[in-house]
Amino acid sequence: MKAKVYVTLKPSVLDPQGKAIHHSVELLGFGQVTDIRQGKYFEIALDAELSEADARKSAEKIAKDVLANPVIEDYKVEMVK
Amino acid sequence: MKFGVIVFPGSNCDHDAYHVVSKHVGQPVDFIWHKETDLSGFDALIVPGGFSYGDYLRAGALAQFSPVMTAVKDFAAQGKFVFGICNGFQILCEAGLLPGALIRNQNLHFICRHVTLKVENDNTPYTSELEAGEILTIPIAHAEGNYVCDDETFQQLEENNQIVFRYCDETGEITDESNPNGARSNIAGISNLERNVLGMMPHPERACEELLGSNDGQNIFRSLTNAIAKNDL
Repeated sequence: MKAKVYVTLKPSVLDPQGKAIHHSVELLGFGQVTDIRQGKYFEIALDAELSEADARKSAEKIAKDVLANPVIEDYKVEMVK
Repeated sequence: MKFGVIVFPGSNCDHDAYHVVSKHVGQPVDFIWHKETDLSGFDALIVPGGFSYGDYLRAGALAQFSPVMTAVKDFAAQGKFVFGICNGFQILCEAGLLPGALIRNQNLHFICRHVTLKVENDNTPYTSELEAGEILTIPIAHAEGNYVCDDETFQQLEENNQIVFRYCDETGEITDESNPNGARSNIAGISNLERNVLGMMPHPERACEELLGSNDGQNIFRSLTNAIAKNDL
């Protein structure tokens, strides 16, 4: 079982790296791009014996306690068989 | 009286802090490896600057899970002094000992230069030898020093006088131009509500000798020493 975790900055938090990337993309001629936000992506491999519910519970806790800082970031967990 | 300097893999200002405490403060000091769990015998801890765990994940994020940090939280809960400098400030925020977080500098650059700071609160164990409004010249050296917090936290910081240092210009004015990293409200250093935990991005341990361009950092360490002496009475 695998968990995919996406960590993104909260909308209220300025993302200077995303801004710099957006600027470069604009220089490439993509004037239609209105915003770019940078985030992080994690793949967590979990014991195949675990039930999906238990695996999700572990992945959610890992995302909340380690992968994301709730002060500045949101996270989303997706389970994949 | 005894100081401890916590050493994580990747700490690199630990020796500077040790040097300042032993030479300029003239007090006993020991390094504490991050795997230690016993902090008995120490009166104050310095969480030094550097790149603990290579800044992997987020600056300070992985250090919060080092074995010593459970003991550091207990230490702080007992009202003893925990002083985080630069990466140490980031670690204390990640560990929840201080509110808010430190994100990438607004201009994306690693900034290494002297800045001017205004003492906003001289009624803390770290600033008793300073005057409110006093301007200090102390270097910064960071890429993630942009202090952020939500509106509610910011209001609490202001109401409780937890903002201890702000970036200012040479005349003491708090301006956007004097804000090196985009930190909210020019925040350079904050304390917890109880005032025993302080975190700051500038490096006072690098400003304790004229040879290094400033000795304005000395009074911060002197204040802390006096506070420990008072606690010992």
